[in-house]
Amino acid sequence: MIEIKDLKASVEEKDILKGLNLNIGPGEVHAIMGPNGAGKSTLGNVLAGREGYEVTGGSATLNGKDILDLDPEERAREGLFLAFQYPVEIPGVSNLEFLKASVDAVREQQGKPALDSVQFLKLAREKCKAVNLDQSFLKRGVNEGFSGGEKKRNELMQMMLLEPSLCILDETDSGLDIDALQVVADGVNAMRDANRSFIVVTHYQRLLDYIVPDYVHVLANGRIVKSGGKELALELEEKGYGWLENGNENGAE
Amino acid sequence: MAAEFIAQQLELAKGISPLAWLESTNERGQQAFAEATLPTRKTEDWKYTSLYNLTEIGFANSAPHAQAHAPVVPGLQANRLVVANGELDTSASDAAALELVVRFRDARPEQQEAIRELLGNVKGERGHLFADLNDASINDGLFVLIEKNQRLEHPLHIVYANTAGDAPFTVNTRLLIALEQGSEATVIEHYAGDDTVDGKQNNFTNAVTEIRVGDNAKLVHYRLQLMAESAFHIGGTFIDLQRDSRYEGFHLGLGSALTRNDIIVNHNVGGSHCEMNGVYVPQNKQVIDFHTCVEHKVAHCTTDEVFRGIMNDKAKATFNGRIHIHPDAQKTLAELSNKNLLLTNTAEINTKPELEIYADDVQCAHGATVAQLEEKERFYLQSRGISAADAEVMLSFGFINELLNSLNDEALGLWLRPQLAKRFGRDDDLSAQLSGEL
Ligand SMILES: Nc1ncnc2c1ncn2[C@@H]1O[C@H](COP(=O)(O)OP(=O)(O)OP(=O)(O)O)[C@@H](O)[C@H]1O
Ligand SMILES: [Mg+2]
Repeated sequence: MIEIKDLKASVEEKDILKGLNLNIGPGEVHAIMGPNGAGKSTLGNVLAGREGYEVTGGSATLNGKDILDLDPEERAREGLFLAFQYPVEIPGVSNLEFLKASVDAVREQQGKPALDSVQFLKLAREKCKAVNLDQSFLKRGVNEGFSGGEKKRNELMQMMLLEPSLCILDETDSGLDIDALQVVADGVNAMRDANRSFIVVTHYQRLLDYIVPDYVHVLANGRIVKSGGKELALELEEKGYGWLENGNENGAE
Repeated sequence: MAAEFIAQQLELAKGISPLAWLESTNERGQQAFAEATLPTRKTEDWKYTSLYNLTEIGFANSAPHAQAHAPVVPGLQANRLVVANGELDTSASDAAALELVVRFRDARPEQQEAIRELLGNVKGERGHLFADLNDASINDGLFVLIEKNQRLEHPLHIVYANTAGDAPFTVNTRLLIALEQGSEATVIEHYAGDDTVDGKQNNFTNAVTEIRVGDNAKLVHYRLQLMAESAFHIGGTFIDLQRDSRYEGFHLGLGSALTRNDIIVNHNVGGSHCEMNGVYVPQNKQVIDFHTCVEHKVAHCTTDEVFRGIMNDKAKATFNGRIHIHPDAQKTLAELSNKNLLLTNTAEINTKPELEIYADDVQCAHGATVAQLEEKERFYLQSRGISAADAEVMLSFGFINELLNSLNDEALGLWLRPQLAKRFGRDDDLSAQLSGEL
C-alpha cells in the first residue's frame, strides 16, 4: 500500500523528519504515537504535499507510485486522505459545494461516473447521519463555526465520501466526547477492508481499544524508534516515552 | 471635453418640462452645475476615477420608455415598481406598490410640502456636482413614506430599467424615503441592465436617493447596481439617522463601464446604528468607485461597515471609506473593514480608509487590505482532490459570498449568487440546485 523509505523533511530550514521508515500493507491499521513535536503531523503534511514542507531525502510510494512529486490534489485523487489535526475554517464556501467538488474530482480520477446533485445529496445526507452530524451542517461554510468535535466529524464524513485507499487520521480523537469517539471508531471500523489502510495518530491508548491496530509505532525525533503490536500502546501508557531510544528531545542521537 | 459635457448636460436640464413647485430646486441646481468644473485626476476624491469616457459621449434626454426590460427576481415576495428610462411605468408596476409611493408629478399640495421638507435637506451641501445636476434636472421622482409604527410586510422593489439602443441618453432619478417613528421597511433599489439584448446600452444614470430614518425606525436597504457593462452610473445616497434608528445597507457594484457611488450617513441625534456591507466585483475594463462617509455627529451611535471587492482582468476599483467622529460623539463604536482580492496583475485597487476622530472616549477600528488567498485554505481544498485553479475560484467566491450570506432575503440571495459566481467562470447550476434541494 504505502512504502516510506528514509524520509527526510524540513520546515523552515529545520529538520523535522530525519530518516523515517514505514511499510503499510493493504488492509492494515498502524497507530503512531509519540511525544509532542516529534513530527507526527509533519509526516501527514509531507505525505499530503503541503507547501513549505520540504522533502530533503527518501521516498514514499503509494500503490507503487512515487507520490512525492505529485500536487496535493493528485495525491488525493490517487487515494490518499489526511484528516487534519486542526481543520481550517473557510467562511463563505459552502460545505456542500466543497464536498461535491471534492467527490467529483476524486471519482473522475477513479473512472467512476459523476454523481448528479440528487444522488450526491442522498449520499451526503447518509454520511452526515453516519457521523452523527445534523444535515444543516451541509449548508454552512466549510467548518465555519463548527465546534472542535464537529470539525473532526466533518473530516470523517469527507473520508467516508471519498473512500480513499490510505487514510491518515491525525488525532481525530482529540477533543471528542465519549459518544463522538464511539461514532468515529465505528466509522473507521466500518471502512476497514482488505484494500484500505489506516495510519492513526493518537496520544491515547483508549482509542486503540475501539480501533484495534495491527501495529503500533513510536515516532520520536523524526524517526520511528520502536514498533510493536497493540500491546505496545499499553506499555507506553504505563512507562511514557523516556525509556525509548531517542524517546525524548534529549535522547541520544 | 469637460466644458462641453457640462454645457451638454445643462442644456438637457433646461430642456425638461419643470414642475412649478420644484423650480427653485431646478434653478439652484442649474446655477451650481453651471459653475462646476468637472473633476480631474488632481481633484481630491476623484484621484483614481476618470470621467473621460463619460464626457466622450453625446447624451440626449431620455426617450419614452416603451420597451424597457425590467428583470424579475424569481421568488422575491415584494411590492414591485418599474421605472423605465426615468419614468414610473405604472402598467409594469404592482398596484399595491403604487399605493406605497407618491410620484412627484402627481403630488397633492400637502404631499408637495412633505417632499420639499426632505428634498435636498438630507443631502445638504454634501453632494458633488452630479447631485447638483440631479437637482437641475428634477421634474419627477418617487417619495416613499412609511407612516408611524407601520411595518411594511414585503420589501418595496424598485427596478430602474433603461431601454437598449444606439442613441445614448441621460436619466436623472430621484428617490426619497422617509420612515416615521417606529416604522420598519425594506427597500430594494435595483438598477438593471437589459440582458435580453446584445449591443450597447450606453445610457447614463445619475441617481440621487435621500433617506431619513425616524426615531426608533429601521430601514433595510439594498442598492443593487447591475446595469449593462456599457452603461454609466453615478449614484449619491444620503442617509439621516434619527434617535435610536437603525440602517442596514447592502451595496452591490457589478454593472456599468463606470460607477461612482457616494454613500453618506449622518448619525444626527443619538443611539442610532448603521450596519453597511458592500461588494464590488468589476471585470474587463470596468471602473467602480465607492466613496462612503459616516458622520458621527453625536454621542452613543455605532457603525459597522464591511466592504469587499474582487477585481478581475483590467478592472479597477476605488474604495474610500471615511468615518468622521465629531467632538461631541463620545461613546462611539465604529468599525470599518475593506478587503480586496486582485485576480490578475493588470487589475487595480485603490483603498483608503480615513478615520478622523475628534472625541476621546470612542472605540474605532479600521482596516484595509489587499489580500492573498490563504495558503492553508487552498491546501485544505487541494488535499481533497480539488485542483489549485478550482480552489482559487471557490475561495475568491467565498470571500464575497460571506457577505451575500448576510442578506436577509433568501430569494434575493439565490438570484444574486449565480450572477456573482458567473464572474468567476463557475457553473453555478449546482449551488442553486443544491440549495434548492436542501
Ligand atoms: N509550519 C511550521 N512552521 C514552523 N515549525 C513547524 C511547522 N510545522 C511543524 N513545525 C515544527 O515541527 C516540529 C514537529 O511538529 P509536528 O506538528 O509534526 O509535531 P507532532 O508530532 O504532530 O506534535 P503534536 O503531538 O503536538 O501534534 C515541531 O517542533 C513544530 O514546531
Ligand atoms: Mg500533531
